[in-house]
Amino acid sequence: MTTQPVSPLDTNPNLRFLERVSAATAGVARLEMCIQCGTCGGSCPSAADMDHTPRMLFAMIRAGLREEALRSNTPWLCVSCYHCVVRCPQEVHIPDVMYTLKSMAIEAKLYRDSVAPDFSQTFVDMVETYGRSYEFGLATRHYLKHYPLRLPGMAPMGLGMLSKKRMDITPHRIEGIDQLHAILEKAKEVEAAS
Amino acid sequence: MNKYLYYPGCSMESSARAYAESLNAIVDQMGLVLDEIHDWNCCGATEYVGISLTPAYSLITRNLALASAQAAKQGNGTNTVVASCSACYLNLAKADHFMQERPLLGKNVNEALAAGGLHYEPGTLEIRHLLDVIINDVGLDAVSAAVTKPLKGLRVAPYLGCMVPRPDYEGRWSDHEHPMELDRLLSALGAEVIDFPLKTHCCGGHMTQISPSTAFELLGRLLHAADQYHADMMVTVCPMCQMNLDAYQNETNHALNTHYQMPVIFFTQLMGLAFGKPATELGFARNLVDTRPALSRIGVEAPAPAGPPVQPRKVKKTGLPMPSMPGHEEVHE
Repeated sequence: MTTQPVSPLDTNPNLRFLERVSAATAGVARLEMCIQCGTCGGSCPSAADMDHTPRMLFAMIRAGLREEALRSNTPWLCVSCYHCVVRCPQEVHIPDVMYTLKSMAIEAKLYRDSVAPDFSQTFVDMVETYGRSYEFGLATRHYLKHYPLRLPGMAPMGLGMLSKKRMDITPHRIEGIDQLHAILEKAKEVEAAS
Repeated sequence: MNKYLYYPGCSMESSARAYAESLNAIVDQMGLVLDEIHDWNCCGATEYVGISLTPAYSLITRNLALASAQAAKQGNGTNTVVASCSACYLNLAKADHFMQERPLLGKNVNEALAAGGLHYEPGTLEIRHLLDVIINDVGLDAVSAAVTKPLKGLRVAPYLGCMVPRPDYEGRWSDHEHPMELDRLLSALGAEVIDFPLKTHCCGGHMTQISPSTAFELLGRLLHAADQYHADMMVTVCPMCQMNLDAYQNETNHALNTHYQMPVIFFTQLMGLAFGKPATELGFARNLVDTRPALSRIGVEAPAPAGPPVQPRKVKKTGLPMPSMPGHEEVHE
């Protein structure tokens, strides 16, 4: 049996999924170079909590299992420790591929648990509004929404952070916030076009 | 005098204020001139890259464009950006690296920057971490020479975390998994340095916010190892690691049923102590885990934890049950 080449006119998003992931990743992802050795999963500190090890996820991407890959909790549990990167014999940019899968899962609304995407989005909202991170706003919004039951136990810590001036109640806005907004707006346009 | 463009990052102004204060206390003695990038913005940490690529890298690169322009305007001859925070350092370094590795990214980012009247030519700046600069530019001889109060008798576990020694595209570190730079620096300060096997293992990063059980497991491993080696304290270079290990130590103890009281401090704080600076100027009071028992071993009297003393208040039990705050004793009448 021979494999039929995929027509460039075929719009099925599952086909060429690996190419799409690679193209949307920051550097040269080298995802197609994966030899399925499993060094990444063996080096990963959070692999135990993942639906699929990175190796398995990459096999799924290659097989065109787009939805399954984007539904996996694996990218959301990546801690960006780069252990896999320095050990990977093929120099695949593993955490950067994970970032790509996160952004694709958000766009396709395929993530199953909203805690992590919400946290990222809240963080980014603060940064886009002020130009700097705003931990007090981020923490209150995030914990009230997702971890209200953790709040009583965390109150001493929160008060400690405030009283030791390790968290400011008011945000800090950069001077060039309009310039930053213009840059980000343009960047979003460019991103949408690519 | 070594002059650098300096990118502090958001945490230096909030959760890692102790890092900023202690760095400030030692820069003159180290002969470092840190020229802060004017009106820098957040690097996006590990959050923005997981949402949208071009905006994330444009956010990071605005800082490099500002730094470039500042260096050109002042003509001070430096093209090195120093970052003190690990995540900031990695983000800046990655932006510079990936814009060269994948010219399309560079083109897109510069198209976005142009909307703000900025431009950055990738490869024109050197991005380095503060520890790298202290080890390789200042040098350990200069550090040793500045030590007036050696930290004899203090057992420290050097803890670098992930994002400084890895992925290390420029090959600046002696090893990706067991680098010795921080060990050598702490030895030069006179401390007893543990060969800490987990020195570049992960603290969980933002997992404390999105998957607490994962975070507590990772934090527990680090605290357990430091405790097993009888460390008096853990010494780190990373604001995120410090925040997770210090501020979430209590919650980790609750989750794992442990009782660690492990102080976690920044390497610049110990440099300040060894250089004879008073502990009050080095931010020790900002730690949530008390540093006083550890520092008393080297005869340093650390300031009492800052903040208003908690006055025991009597609260009448009325209305709905509310979470109790420390110092709020219920009155049963």
